[in-house]
Amino acid sequence: MNSIRLRPLSRLFLALFLTVATLGDSFAQAVGSAPGVSKEGVAPGATAAATPATAVAPAAGGGDAAAIAAGDALFKGNCAQCHAVNEVIVGPALAGITKRRPMSWIIPWVKNSSKMVASGDEYSVKIFNQYQKQQMPSFQLSDQEITSIVAWVTSQEGQATGPNDNANGTGIKPGEQGPAGADAAAAGADGKSMNILLIVLVVVLIVLVVTLVIIANIMKDVLRGRKDLDGRDREILEQRFDFSKIYKSTAVRAIVGVVFVLAVLYESIQGAMGVGLTQGYQPTQPIAFSHKLHAGEHQINCAYCHTSVYKSRSANIPSANICMNCHSQIKTESPEIKKIYRAIERKQPIQWVRIHNLPDLAYFNHAQHTQVGGVECQTCHGPIQNMDVVYQYSPLTMGWCINCHRETPLNTKGNGYYDNLVKLHDKSNGAVPFTVSSNGGTECSKCHY
Amino acid sequence: MQESPKYWKGIEELENSPEFVKNALAEFADFMPVKESHGSADATVAPRRDFLKLMGFGLAAATLASCETPIRKAIPYLNKPEEVDPGIANFYASTFFNGQDYNSILVKTREGRPIKFEGNPESPVTRGGLSARAQAVVLSLYDGGRLQHFAKKGAKIDKDQLDQEVRNALAGAGRVAIVSPTIISPSTKKVIAEFGARFAGTEHVMYDVDSASGLLRANGGVLPAYDFSKADVIVSFGADFLGTWLSPVEYARQYITNRKVSREKQTMSRHFQFESNMSLTGSNADVRVPLKPSEMGEAILAVYNSVVGGATSTDKRLQTAISELTRAGARGLVVSGSNDPAIQTLVTAINQRLGSAAVDVANPSMVRQGDDARMARLLTDIRNGQVGAVIFYHANPVFDHPMGADLAAALKAGKVRTTISLNDRLDETGELCTYAAPDHHFLESWNDYEPKRGSLSLAQPVITPLFATRQAQDSLLTWAGSPTTYYNYLRNQWKGVLGGDFNKAWDKAVHDGVAAGTASPAPVAQVGAALDVNGAINAIKSAPKPTGIELVIYEKVGIGNGSNLFANNPWLQELPDPVTKATWGNYVTVPRAYAAEQKWEQGDVVKVTANGKSVELPVLIQPGQAKGTVGIALGYGRVRAGKVGNELGENVLPLATMRNDAIIYSNAVQITPTGAKSPIAQTQTHHTIMDRKQVVQEATLKQYIKDPKEVTEYEKISTPEGLEKPNKVSLWQDYEYKNHHWGMAIDLNSCIGCGSCVIGCQAENNVAVVGKQEVINRREMHWMRIDRYYSSASHKSDFEAKGKLDTYAAMEDPSENPQVIFQPMLCQHCNHAPCETVCPVLATTHSSEGLNQMTYNRCVGTRYCANNCPYKVRRFNWFSYYSNEKFETVNGHMFTDLGRMVLNPEVTVRARGVMEKCSFCVQRIQLGKLEAKKQKRRPQDGEIVSACAQSCPTQAIVFGDMRDPNSRVSQILRREDGERAFHVLDSINTQPNITYLTKIRNTESSEFNA
Repeated sequence: MNSIRLRPLSRLFLALFLTVATLGDSFAQAVGSAPGVSKEGVAPGATAAATPATAVAPAAGGGDAAAIAAGDALFKGNCAQCHAVNEVIVGPALAGITKRRPMSWIIPWVKNSSKMVASGDEYSVKIFNQYQKQQMPSFQLSDQEITSIVAWVTSQEGQATGPNDNANGTGIKPGEQGPAGADAAAAGADGKSMNILLIVLVVVLIVLVVTLVIIANIMKDVLRGRKDLDGRDREILEQRFDFSKIYKSTAVRAIVGVVFVLAVLYESIQGAMGVGLTQGYQPTQPIAFSHKLHAGEHQINCAYCHTSVYKSRSANIPSANICMNCHSQIKTESPEIKKIYRAIERKQPIQWVRIHNLPDLAYFNHAQHTQVGGVECQTCHGPIQNMDVVYQYSPLTMGWCINCHRETPLNTKGNGYYDNLVKLHDKSNGAVPFTVSSNGGTECSKCHY
Repeated sequence: MQESPKYWKGIEELENSPEFVKNALAEFADFMPVKESHGSADATVAPRRDFLKLMGFGLAAATLASCETPIRKAIPYLNKPEEVDPGIANFYASTFFNGQDYNSILVKTREGRPIKFEGNPESPVTRGGLSARAQAVVLSLYDGGRLQHFAKKGAKIDKDQLDQEVRNALAGAGRVAIVSPTIISPSTKKVIAEFGARFAGTEHVMYDVDSASGLLRANGGVLPAYDFSKADVIVSFGADFLGTWLSPVEYARQYITNRKVSREKQTMSRHFQFESNMSLTGSNADVRVPLKPSEMGEAILAVYNSVVGGATSTDKRLQTAISELTRAGARGLVVSGSNDPAIQTLVTAINQRLGSAAVDVANPSMVRQGDDARMARLLTDIRNGQVGAVIFYHANPVFDHPMGADLAAALKAGKVRTTISLNDRLDETGELCTYAAPDHHFLESWNDYEPKRGSLSLAQPVITPLFATRQAQDSLLTWAGSPTTYYNYLRNQWKGVLGGDFNKAWDKAVHDGVAAGTASPAPVAQVGAALDVNGAINAIKSAPKPTGIELVIYEKVGIGNGSNLFANNPWLQELPDPVTKATWGNYVTVPRAYAAEQKWEQGDVVKVTANGKSVELPVLIQPGQAKGTVGIALGYGRVRAGKVGNELGENVLPLATMRNDAIIYSNAVQITPTGAKSPIAQTQTHHTIMDRKQVVQEATLKQYIKDPKEVTEYEKISTPEGLEKPNKVSLWQDYEYKNHHWGMAIDLNSCIGCGSCVIGCQAENNVAVVGKQEVINRREMHWMRIDRYYSSASHKSDFEAKGKLDTYAAMEDPSENPQVIFQPMLCQHCNHAPCETVCPVLATTHSSEGLNQMTYNRCVGTRYCANNCPYKVRRFNWFSYYSNEKFETVNGHMFTDLGRMVLNPEVTVRARGVMEKCSFCVQRIQLGKLEAKKQKRRPQDGEIVSACAQSCPTQAIVFGDMRDPNSRVSQILRREDGERAFHVLDSINTQPNITYLTKIRNTESSEFNA
């Protein structure tokens, strides 16, 4: 009787296990699909975030949207290293600048501040002294450009700083950069309702299964109570599934054996293929430099530090003197920054750990991809603006390179080099996109010589 | 063409020796170098235990290696120089001169490391050309044989202490001598003058290994500036002006401008060469006459007598030269390589009489200023103990002066109290000096040069000094007590030369590397008085006429004067001599008949004796060597040059003589066999293409003028429709080139065979050096070789005069004085490439731009491709040339961090077991394309050139995009189509992307090749 009692219980456990497994899977799926969801969420989010900026502008500055957009780009290109709108960095916060000074003062100041200071202009001297006598460099900008920068600044006034700052404006790379926090929240909200639904479903299923098991047991007990059952019926009622038959069957053994061997083989091949692959490699660097802070929050252009990314094969790890452009003034007390000072004093260059290592036999050129191909940094380096510690985002395998070369259309627009090639391609093969590989981009000596 | 010349690469081929046939049929040397280091009884079998050990180790190593990826560091600059971007090469103009030929160069630097030289097109002297020697000198910067600190008796010494001791020693030295090779730096000369003012009794003595003091004396202390482009008839008596004489890069360019032919310009200069050895210049001559050195004077006297006195010569070929010379008048030029002042006096008189426009004495050349007489006097004084102190400034007379042994004995005996060496290493002279204050390498120094009056040239440092050395001029200034640095000194000196805003003009001069103006005070070399013509005639007439064998000492194109920068340079040591194709060491070149008479074979060691001194060297049978002469190259036999240059060959300079106060580079010698054998590492019959009929083509100028369409033979193949061009029938699919189609045109008429391209290619493409034994094993790695073919004319008239049988008999023994033709041979980048079809792993494939690509990381080393290549241009890596200790000496620059700095970071260093070959400098193509793309335009013609085309001093090689109808290469191919343009081995329909242009000779013998 005991065994009979146990059997339904074991079934119950099995059922429970199955449900939990399903549930776990569905959770895992939910987690796994989150980035997908967030990706979809980016574009509208970014547009939505950009809209208020444009909406505010006419009210505050009176400039048109185009001027503000131009001002945005100019600001980031020229001013953002030292100025923010609502925050003091190296130079003063620029919020309310139009209220403090007239345009007739701002324009000559931007063009040549030292001249203004030298001329003894009272406000100029004051501001010069106030900011540690740090001279603002001269900028070769036109009056119109300065006006548009000011228009943009005015449009930004009063907006919160910090991570939300990211959400504003178009960001460096709209598709990828995106407001990470907001995305996560949106994705979270979406996910939560899904989860609740799933949990409810699972609970209902469990209840169903338990109910069914209980009913089956009751039925059996009822049947056992009946006297009119003959031997065969009783046998059916009392039959127990013999598990040993399964594992003793040669067919099952063979199948399991083959599956096992295949699994081991697959795993070892995967392992062997993975030798030397370092995707996800995230070493600790000698200085805890954060790309999230610099590229993400402060939106410093990648090329500001990686100076040769648009012109050379190497993107160039910034030299200490580039750090010093800002850090001679900013966060001078930070222990991490002090490491840079120490390196300079001791004349010992900083030994960064190299993350992206291509084998010597493969030739890669940044300029070809960034300047000519117009590929964004994030395409290969991943969401670098969100990385506190950089890791290798892409596998950097030949298959990965080739795949991209096969799929990516050539960036031929406005490039005189390709004009004739595009014509030839359209004539002969217009329906197919003109990809890198159709221009010979998968030939051996494009990368191996 | 009923008869065509017979071409052969070497004697063995001419004779069809069994060895040659075996080698020519097999692409690779027959034994595998698997077990060379193993002492097993059966050398071909790897023992089982070794095999298991290796397997086990390999497995363990692979497992271990896969466990952890090594941590690699990325170390940026602390303070990045503005102009340096990692990955982008910078070019700086500079100048190379070490007492031989002057080269204005552009130094290509990567991340501050000089990696390659290119010619400076701004220079009015070298005009973008560069000699093989100058190309290779970049390697000497990273030469581990350089002295890396100041030294006293070989031991390290503090710089200040040395200065103190030297100053004290010099103060009481009395007579001080500074010995140097020719210095063409006006500022350096001024520094030496200033030093002389501080230490009274200072004497500056210049001498040259390849002295021209005879020429100097004949021209009042200057070298005439020659312009070979202004000469229609050139008669050269032993002057190897294309290879080694005075300023070969400059002359080659001038010479070739008057040699190029086209439909528009159907004239060529006539070039007669009278010489003993087969020189590079002689092999380019239209008429080459072998002549003993002792007959040279008489020949020149005959020319003088005819030109001045109207007499005729009995020698037919000499008379031809004389009459053409007289006819050319001012467009004629006579040069002589002799160092005998008497001979040079006559040559000067002849040129003056002709009124030769090609000789300019008003703006003379400065590249030789050494005075043999003064040097000899100084050496005698040193021997007699009359000199208190000697400073050797880049001079190594112990090795490279005929009286070197005497000097060494005197120095060892302490005849000079203070001896100082400013040489860059402890060479033969330096190690006998008390003090060594090594000079910077010229790439680490500021300096100026004046190769020709009116043409100035600057050298700027392109790298921080690698070692604790000091620029020699700074050393001299320091010892003279001057507070100024040489840089400031130089600038001050130039203030008087450059006009206008000095800083601006100076920056421009540094940027361009050259400037117009002169900084030298009027002449120049202090040489003895000139001889008058009658005296010269008497001297020639009374010159000794040896009856036996005469030795001619010459310079090889690769090693030149054998100075430190050249001798310890593996690239130059392995550069095959253009004519003998020999590498690594010198040898005795003997005429074939003489060798046969003495029953010598190639490689038999003989003892050559003169002046009571002797050298023992192997015999090399040299077609074209004058009867009764043998030749030995100088510059070998170094013992303190460094790991690479030591113990190669023998020093022949002690066998030279002095006559008329000048070193005479010939002498009567006795030759005795020693019975020993020493193989010569020649590349001449390596990689031989079996059927030579369609490999090289040549014709005479007359034929060309008659009908340019008849000069080249195009082979046709039989088809059902009759004879057709080979490309009519093809099993291949043709490629369509939409973007670029890279191609090359090589003008055999312009190629002088100098080898500059070979070294240019080696520097650009990290080509390994393999050493003497591996060259003998036919495993040299040069991607580009210059095939030198001898050819013997078959004369139609001979058939009439001598009869058929005799003519054929004569043709069988044509090596007396053959014609020579050079052909640069590199991967032909066939459109129907035989190598591509046989690769089992698709490691060699065709690109959409016409390149035959070689992918090293895919190659598994079957070597099928090399076997199937009809042009024999593929090279197999038998060893890890960068890590196998067997190659540490010869290929040392790939072993050390110091040496590796010279490697081109754009090109992979190939591993063992892979095939390699010319890539058409794909890295330069890719770079040029990228630059154009970045600027959103098509690349312009001339922006993308291969290293060989860039190096060529005569622009024989033109590289470009054949799809661009306006490119130079397209224009040449259009112009020459059906005339001179031909493909090598056209009939096998490989359709190469390299097109050769038929050589045109300006030979009178219209029968030749008729």
